[in-house]
Amino acid sequence: MNMMMGKATRKTEVLISIHEARLHYAVGGAFAAMRGKSTVVKAVDGVTFDIRRSESVGLLGESGCGKTSMGRLLLKLEDTTDGTIHFDGEELTKIQRKRLKEFRTRAQLIFQNPFDAVNPRFTIRQTLSEPLENAGIKRSEREARIIAALELVRLPEPAQFLDRYPHQLSGGQLQRVVMARALILQPEFVVADEPVSMLDVSVRAGVLNVFRDVRDRLGLTAIYISHDLALVRYVCERTIVMYLGRIMEDGPTEDIVHQPLHPYTKALVAAVPVPNPDQSHDPLPIGRGAPDPRNPPSGCVFRDRCPQAFERCAAEVPQPRPVGTRSVACHLF
Amino acid sequence: MPEIAVPTMARSRRANIFARMFRALKLPTNDPFAVAGLLIYLVFIITAIFADSIATHDPNEILYTPAYDLAADLRPGQEGFVMGTTSLGRDVFSQLVYGSRSALLIGITAAFMVALIGSVIGLVAGYFGRWVDTVLMRLADIAFGIPFLPFVIVLAAFLKPSIWNVVIAMALVLWRDTARVIRSQVLTLRSRGYVEAARVAGSSHFKIILRHIAPNILPLSFLYGSIAIGWAILTEASISFLGFGDPDSISWGYMLQDAFASQALAKQAYYWFVPPGVCIILVVSAGFFITRGYENLLFPKLGR
Repeated sequence: MNMMMGKATRKTEVLISIHEARLHYAVGGAFAAMRGKSTVVKAVDGVTFDIRRSESVGLLGESGCGKTSMGRLLLKLEDTTDGTIHFDGEELTKIQRKRLKEFRTRAQLIFQNPFDAVNPRFTIRQTLSEPLENAGIKRSEREARIIAALELVRLPEPAQFLDRYPHQLSGGQLQRVVMARALILQPEFVVADEPVSMLDVSVRAGVLNVFRDVRDRLGLTAIYISHDLALVRYVCERTIVMYLGRIMEDGPTEDIVHQPLHPYTKALVAAVPVPNPDQSHDPLPIGRGAPDPRNPPSGCVFRDRCPQAFERCAAEVPQPRPVGTRSVACHLF
Repeated sequence: MPEIAVPTMARSRRANIFARMFRALKLPTNDPFAVAGLLIYLVFIITAIFADSIATHDPNEILYTPAYDLAADLRPGQEGFVMGTTSLGRDVFSQLVYGSRSALLIGITAAFMVALIGSVIGLVAGYFGRWVDTVLMRLADIAFGIPFLPFVIVLAAFLKPSIWNVVIAMALVLWRDTARVIRSQVLTLRSRGYVEAARVAGSSHFKIILRHIAPNILPLSFLYGSIAIGWAILTEASISFLGFGDPDSISWGYMLQDAFASQALAKQAYYWFVPPGVCIILVVSAGFFITRGYENLLFPKLGR
């Protein structure tokens, strides 16, 4: 734990630096490419930001905006098509085999769907042993580490779960196991990809609180991916709003919630449901769904849904500009 | 307590490995057809193993009656020959018993090769994707283009006539079906969260394939293996009947060829060519019965 405290004190230091990262998928395969019919989906398209040590960043956006792809890039589950990602000074695409193994102990993922994230044929003990085994931890020490990790995520009486199979656990219990697996090697950096979206509302708060507490206790650097502004606000000090693979707005969560600048962020804030069925809801300032990601609009990708779009938006891609505490990619600023 | 618990767990796990493998294969024991198929296999396997003590004569030996006449074209029961004799005085029953040995030998080795090669190629192609997948699947396309029986005949021309030609040919060509199906299964398994989780946990590709993917496709490999047993026996019979088989080893196909060449039908020697035909039908259909049981088990939505 002393080591962890040492890390936490260096809070201003940049841990991850993303520069002009792109992740493009070719859709349609080799034959379509020959006929010139293949299209490229730009899941992440020129994203730049830094994450400091022990910072919690929320990646916010609707489905298909590239937030999960961004998370996968940060964990080197996918390599960037273009641009660079530096983790603690090391570029991820050029990382060597041996260093990659070390990276796998330092960066972890918490999954969206706990029922899919664990092998149904494995007991909880086997599931949690896998990372320990890969990290070369002796068999005799594993059991104690597993129990400690399960206690960390506040699974009551962890010993009784060890020889159970995933289908014998509830969603909340299983999500804690998934979190324990991510934390068992004491990583520095965790990506949480909508960790509560598959859970019953009644158990969400418990899992979220565990996540927050563990993060604070271990001084974790965290990325929290979600489409739900309220959850991001609960967990993260900083929020990055993404739309069709690009960053729209990036700044302190409270500022974004109270005074959204980008028209898209304004729409997101307006879309947060109010827990009162009688209260009338203003119609959203934007209509329709997101455009086909294979064929996004020219210039600003948001312009076809934007109520404030003007000629310049079609001609020129807006670059992120600092506005107060934030950076906003919109021609209005 | 934990210090003691760990080694005992390990030992009991090792002891259970056979029980677990048996369960992983998911033998279709609740389907009556499949059970019949398994029983037919069992009978033939026992016959093949104990062929030396079941057979009444040497299948290749030219036999004589006690009166020192050539024991040719004897009817079943005559002179103590259970199923009669061939035109050259060989015992049909003993040939039939030894025929089960070569049939099962070919069937099981060919099935093993097909299931193994097909599974490995399917796993590798499906898991790694990209150019590995493209190369392997184009190879499968080529294998699909090769007409099987002519291929075996050509192979027999290049190599010495031997029952193993069939096994080699099957290993070279018939992995294609297994590989295709397993690849598609792997494609769906690969996108499961726990496979990604294993990557994040630092598991190597080899470990992920072996631990998280292979156990799920084992029943499929077994299914294609059981289809291959029937195919191998049928092919060997066809090749032998066409006269491209190994003249030194007794097989059911060889018996049919021998009977055909000796005009057994004209002599109405049904006892000579019906038994090997029935044996081929039994073993091949037993394979398909088991396959059917597996299909019901693996794809319950087919609903039969």
